[in-house]
Amino acid sequence: MPHGDSSRVGALDALQRIETVGKFIMLKRVLLGVAIGCVLSAAHAEEPKSGGVVNAVIQPEPPGLMLAMVQNGPTQMVSGNIFEGLLRYSPKLEPLPGLAESWTISPDAKVYTFKLKPGVTWHDGKPFTSADVLFSIEMLKQTHARARNNLVMVDKVEAPDDLTVVFTLKEPFGPFIGIFEVGSMPMVPKHLYEGTDFKTNPNNNAPIGTGPFMFKEWQKGSFIRMVKNPNYHEKGKPYLDEVYWQIIPDAAARAVAFETGKVDVLPGGSIENFDVPRVSKLPGACVTGAGWEFFSPISWMWLNLRNPILANKKVRQAIMYAIDRDFAKDVIWNGLGKVATGPSASTIKFYTDDVPKYPYDPAKAKALLKEAGYKGEKIRMLPLAYGETWQRWGEAVKQNLQDVGMTIETIATDVPGGNQKIMEWDYDLAFTYLYQYGDPALGVSRNYITSAIAKGQLFNNVEGYSNPEVDRLFAEGATAPTDAKRKEAYEKVQKILVEDVPVAWLLELQFPTITKCKVKNLITTGVGVNDGFRDAWLDK
Amino acid sequence: MLSFIAQRVAKGVIVLLAIIVLNFFLIRLAPGDPAVVMAGEAGASDQLFVAQLREKFGLDRPLPEQLLIYVKGIASLDLGFSFRQQAPVAKLIAERLPATLLLTLSAFAISLLLGVFFGVLAARFAGTFLDTAITVLALIFYATPLFWIALIAILLFSVWADWLPSFGYETVGAGYTGLRHALDVAAHLVMPAATLGLFFMATYTRMTRASMLEVRRLDFVKTARAKGLRDGVILRRHVLRNALLPVVTLAGVHAGTLVGGAVLTETVFAWPGIGRLMYDALIQRDYNLLLGVFVVSSAMVLIFNLITDLVYRLVDPRIEYAS
Repeated sequence: MPHGDSSRVGALDALQRIETVGKFIMLKRVLLGVAIGCVLSAAHAEEPKSGGVVNAVIQPEPPGLMLAMVQNGPTQMVSGNIFEGLLRYSPKLEPLPGLAESWTISPDAKVYTFKLKPGVTWHDGKPFTSADVLFSIEMLKQTHARARNNLVMVDKVEAPDDLTVVFTLKEPFGPFIGIFEVGSMPMVPKHLYEGTDFKTNPNNNAPIGTGPFMFKEWQKGSFIRMVKNPNYHEKGKPYLDEVYWQIIPDAAARAVAFETGKVDVLPGGSIENFDVPRVSKLPGACVTGAGWEFFSPISWMWLNLRNPILANKKVRQAIMYAIDRDFAKDVIWNGLGKVATGPSASTIKFYTDDVPKYPYDPAKAKALLKEAGYKGEKIRMLPLAYGETWQRWGEAVKQNLQDVGMTIETIATDVPGGNQKIMEWDYDLAFTYLYQYGDPALGVSRNYITSAIAKGQLFNNVEGYSNPEVDRLFAEGATAPTDAKRKEAYEKVQKILVEDVPVAWLLELQFPTITKCKVKNLITTGVGVNDGFRDAWLDK
Repeated sequence: MLSFIAQRVAKGVIVLLAIIVLNFFLIRLAPGDPAVVMAGEAGASDQLFVAQLREKFGLDRPLPEQLLIYVKGIASLDLGFSFRQQAPVAKLIAERLPATLLLTLSAFAISLLLGVFFGVLAARFAGTFLDTAITVLALIFYATPLFWIALIAILLFSVWADWLPSFGYETVGAGYTGLRHALDVAAHLVMPAATLGLFFMATYTRMTRASMLEVRRLDFVKTARAKGLRDGVILRRHVLRNALLPVVTLAGVHAGTLVGGAVLTETVFAWPGIGRLMYDALIQRDYNLLLGVFVVSSAMVLIFNLITDLVYRLVDPRIEYAS
């Protein structure tokens, strides 16, 4: 057989293998999807009813609704109903069909082929095609910092036909299948944005998506109104006729609005934590902690390692022993959340609790401080200006640290002021909480790898930690071809980090969603309320 | 009178310009800028992202150039563009102004009328139980934090009695029109207007009472009484008219702050007004929007100062317009 033919046959074989593996992977995912569907439907065995209006709280008022341009929390929550991503994610963070009905991954884990759902239209009636996907990716690279970071491993994106999109990666990138959630990669209508100035495009304030609800009205300062998309591609959905997002700036007033029946849904974080137990017990109130698996918010204190005192590992370990995190969980957070064991939340992939432990032990903290030669030098602490709960937490931690002999000065500032100080590395201790986006490569490594030390930026390695072994393991974990290899790398890196204490991990936060029990099936995925009201229905 | 007004307007423009320049620099003294805020909310940031935002907001230009661009805009009645909210500042303010004016003018009218009424009543019956009751109540309303009164009112009238809505400007989604809509808005207005009005009412009551008692001791009142005028006429035509001058001054000051002075009330009752817009703009370092609100509220202060001066003339004919 001539050489050329041989290589063709080889290529065909390879293609066939890829297809077979791809089909197997797809089958696995379909089965998993079915299994999850069964679990979810078993949990919500009642027959959905169509119709009705739901009032939800949104706080603070989003600055805009164009998800490709604005990525703050409230925008994601409202616009997750208007826009869609290629995939959705189960509570276990397995991919589920979204605008892509199926997908395959090549055996070398470098080529991802998505088949788009046929018959999907934008809210203005134009068809959604692969050209929109290609355009969205190019636009997001300019407007969406997180999407740009997520796409850094992509070598090229192609659209062989209207319903197929092929991503080719430079090298295998384990978390790649996890970057297609609506907030991370929303699809944008090419026909409305191509060739326009994105920031002043009139559609930014009246967005057009493919989602289950269409934008209808926004009375600034009062409410945002969305109406059912009658042409939604999942037949029969959404069940609700309308959703109103009520803008109520005061936390106590939001609790009252729920109590008096004026709103039906309080998304996580809508009311002060100390009010959660009371409101949850109101007649007709249902509460769930589900729907945060993708984000898995975890809180910690940045420790500025440029400060010679904090550069000493013993001082950092002393801080971990000095902080009573169980007290914070039980008293300040009213029992909500979980004490963090290290850099990864227990809800994301490759978490391990097989790491050194730091129970509350003031005596040990004092001994470590003495060993480190700490003599009561002043340490500046920057609490997080996110309301009462955080304020109280700052006071409690200050008290903990003072109890073991540390001198703490609290710096009062608002959120932008605090961010500015952290970006400029002008702090010693600073509270924060960050999302983990389901995978260590997406939401964890950025806080510890050397290449992420960059002044003037947020959410990276602002503490200034540098450890070549940690860098190597995070790189290995991101690009390893199998999950087993990834797990091995990430478990090792978690142990090293917890031993080194580059930051003081506090709690895995829990923001329960409180609803009127008549609102059924609101949270069905690991993205929670941000994934929209597509499955929600009202038991009238 | 016209030259007086013209002179005051000219002075007002200079003051307004000074306010703009001062606020322009003051706002920028606060740490953090809109790019930092938006990078903070995006959940990710890199140098390109922050640089892009700064360029978009014009923050990469020298400060004097930014000021010049802003002042030029103001000169052509352009308050600039809020990149944060992706809308012209004038439009954002215009959207919120009616709700704020409805709230603050209602509160102002209620407080002024009732405040003067109770002040007169307390002065008329000075030393009696009625006077003591009015004085003590006025003191309580004057001293109690506004947000606390608001929360207690919500608890009493919304949660327990279920008489009044606890938040918002109207019943969202009800689709009321005409009289039904007006009544709906009125129902929503009652608690915020009363809460805001109580504080001012207490101030006017105390001021009117004190001023009335002072004027009542003056010689011309004795003369009026000696002339055989009835008590009611003396009180209305001689005492009250003279006692109102400090009240008018105070009302003028309050009226000027109506546009931006209801942040707390608007926040607790989710009233979609300028106060909240200003607070959000501050938290988000939305420079253009914040300056825009300052310009509008400063202009209101200047206008009401002018009106106050004109009202003085009406209340007290002895006052002449100095040119």
